[in-house]
Amino acid sequence: MDRTWAVVAVLLVFATGCQSEKPGQARSKLTLSGASTLAPLMSEVARRFEAQNPGVRVDVQMGGSSRGVMDARQGLADIGMVSRDLKPDESDLDAHPVARDGICIILHQSNPVASLTDEQIVSIFTGKITAWKEVGGADKPIVVVNKAEGRSTLELFLHHFKLKNSEIKAQAVIGDNQQGIKTVENSPESIGYVSIGAAEFAAKHGKPLKLLPMAGVEATLDNLRNGSFPLARTLHLVTKKGQQDELALKFISFAQSPEAHDLVEKQYFIPLGK
Amino acid sequence: MISWRSSTSSRWGSDALLLWGLRGTALVSTAVVVLIALFVARESFPLLHTVAPLRLLTDGSWNPLEGAYNLAPMLVGTLLVSAGAVLISAPLGIASAIFCHFYAPPLIARGYRVIIELLAGIPSVVYGLWGLVVIVPLLGQIRPLGTSVLAGSLILALMILPTMVVVADASFARVPREYLQAAASLGLSKWTTVRSVVIPAARRGLITGALLQTGRAVGETMAVLMVCGNVVQMPARLTDPVRTLTANIALEMAYAMGDHRAALFTSGLVLFLMIFAIVACAELVNRERSNA
Amino acid sequence: MREPGPRGADRLATVAFWAVAVLVVALFAWLVGDVLRHGFSHVSLSFLSAEPEDAGRAGGIAPIIVSTLIIVAICMAVAVPLGLGTAILLSEFLPVSSRQGRFVRRSLDVLASVPSVVFGLFGNAVFCQRLGLGFSLLSGGLTLACMVLPFFTRTAEEGLRAVPREYREAAAALGLSQTGTLAHVLLPAAMPGLLAGFILAVTRSLAETAALIFTSGYVARMPESLFESGRTLSVHIYDLAMNVSGGEGMAYASALVLMVLLIVLNRSATWLSRRWSTQKGVAS
Repeated sequence: MDRTWAVVAVLLVFATGCQSEKPGQARSKLTLSGASTLAPLMSEVARRFEAQNPGVRVDVQMGGSSRGVMDARQGLADIGMVSRDLKPDESDLDAHPVARDGICIILHQSNPVASLTDEQIVSIFTGKITAWKEVGGADKPIVVVNKAEGRSTLELFLHHFKLKNSEIKAQAVIGDNQQGIKTVENSPESIGYVSIGAAEFAAKHGKPLKLLPMAGVEATLDNLRNGSFPLARTLHLVTKKGQQDELALKFISFAQSPEAHDLVEKQYFIPLGK
Repeated sequence: MISWRSSTSSRWGSDALLLWGLRGTALVSTAVVVLIALFVARESFPLLHTVAPLRLLTDGSWNPLEGAYNLAPMLVGTLLVSAGAVLISAPLGIASAIFCHFYAPPLIARGYRVIIELLAGIPSVVYGLWGLVVIVPLLGQIRPLGTSVLAGSLILALMILPTMVVVADASFARVPREYLQAAASLGLSKWTTVRSVVIPAARRGLITGALLQTGRAVGETMAVLMVCGNVVQMPARLTDPVRTLTANIALEMAYAMGDHRAALFTSGLVLFLMIFAIVACAELVNRERSNA
Repeated sequence: MREPGPRGADRLATVAFWAVAVLVVALFAWLVGDVLRHGFSHVSLSFLSAEPEDAGRAGGIAPIIVSTLIIVAICMAVAVPLGLGTAILLSEFLPVSSRQGRFVRRSLDVLASVPSVVFGLFGNAVFCQRLGLGFSLLSGGLTLACMVLPFFTRTAEEGLRAVPREYREAAAALGLSQTGTLAHVLLPAAMPGLLAGFILAVTRSLAETAALIFTSGYVARMPESLFESGRTLSVHIYDLAMNVSGGEGMAYASALVLMVLLIVLNRSATWLSRRWSTQKGVAS
């Protein structure tokens, strides 16, 4: 039927037409993808950027730091969000820091345990300690919540405690920070680790969480600022080396500028330069 | 169908165009599955260069970032959750269909069938939502967190139940009237008739249906992703969390690179072959029936 | 010849079967009841017409409904011509036992058993990356088209085969071309069956989630072009349930909207196919 051919032909034209023009370049649209830690902040920055630049649209997708790296490399995203430093084999990308954050252990608010030593944390996550009463809590089993691979929060956690992912014995595996927070807030026996910014945000918005100090240092923004908190990290926006897209670079400098600092602080991160 | 095969018999030019257009669409339709098979196979091949296939079952664990690619825990997870689901829903589904055919008054039977038909259309993500919000916390009372093999099997069972009922219903409808009449003339009670006449007569259809639903359970992603806990381990108890092959692909696909990505495509291939085998078995059983 | 068996066994069986029936209905009443109960309070006209706020915990689902409709439209726009063309070829031009016909049917059967997550892999590799479409409504729609193709083709073929022989003979006697017969006789006659198949394919695509997560993405904003990412109702439900704490209420509300939509579609399909079978009887 001629109709069939016409439809198929139109679709083929569409498909081949898009091959030459990568979406996002030379159009007023930006795509960011990557770490769930950065996503809420970037969504807010995107909104303000759109308000200041009418006709521009910025989309933010999550998926983890590794995805941010991959999407930036393959052009699936204009800017990648990575919640760690770039690795040596990622030298084909440029990193633009936008904020400082940390990683902390979170417990349910009702859990009487107030702090854990590094050794206790390692033992809990490797399954050597399995009941809360062994660390001064109630007589309940510990539910360990681990992050899925590809998340830089996981990588940094493992690196800091000198663990390998295969050594961790978890009862639940989650992806984004928000999922981790949701799991811990629904289950009083659980223990997990997330970005300090995400945890603070949740706690200040009424979620029944508490952030544990690490190695005796409280997980507060002040301690991040003065560098005393042991597990700190820099959040980056990454682009492919030689990324010429004006819009992407404009967005990045906007995100790094003092204009965006209040947004950074609202998410309980530390703006750079302060 | 009138024999139109030879377009030379038609004196209309537009007909020749029509035939070629139709052949084109059929070509594209057939090409899709071939493309999928080729693509998945191709993306899996890189793995074979660096990882011997046996390692997919013998490596220490599934930790792609450390170079370990053992699929076994997830295979076991898939099998356990699916088997559990079918073991729960098949008896319930068959019993419901028996109820419709033999025990329910016509009005109730009709209403029941309408309800089942509507339920067959509930999307898997809604089952997952309900499972996550209702069933998982309930199971969490027994053992935190509640996300487990059991949760997965229960929710999947619920999901495939309506279709099981429909298939069983159809099988029972095909049981020849004469059988029932003969049983009645012998004075058999209803339960005896059902047990010794109807079920054996419908057996092949029931088995086919159960196999097809197993295939569906194996291929299910969303519901198990939401309620099984996603921990890669060999479950020791029903209340242990697991990760199925499907959930594994969904979780890691977004950021997998190189060998890891190839491993995921390989597990996709394995998944597809499993389902294909199950469906082929179902067809064999079905064909046996019509030959018998 | 009375079957020697305690009446008790029979009575027990009756009780058991009624119990199972009640149990099944009760379980689903629980599920549907929960969706109704928790979702109803959030559903309103503003819910259907507003943008989501606060990660979806507040506001509405308007952009999501729009994205869903666009993806389904793309899906059917591709699946219907392909499926209908294939069905016509199978039904009108190839004898049932032809090798070509069997091959086509076999490949469609195999396609129907591919799990949805593999479609997601395929869609991501081919549409998003190879064809450069990225995360877009277009990628999602095309992937879904591959998924519903076998179902629609099968139903369309059945619909065409059901048109009585006499119609074709009459058309041939009148000297109509094949194209003419198709356009003026067969397709109109098979229309209720075809429509029913169309609607069922739509319900299938509405329920799909896994294949879309990797192809059309998660963005919950009003799409402005086919090349933009967008999320469907089912993906929205998934995100709210898994990632957004406190998102259950809105997830239930979205689920309610989705289920109502599906029920309406399902009922229309049943009504249409019933009309189709009575029409068959009338046409003589």
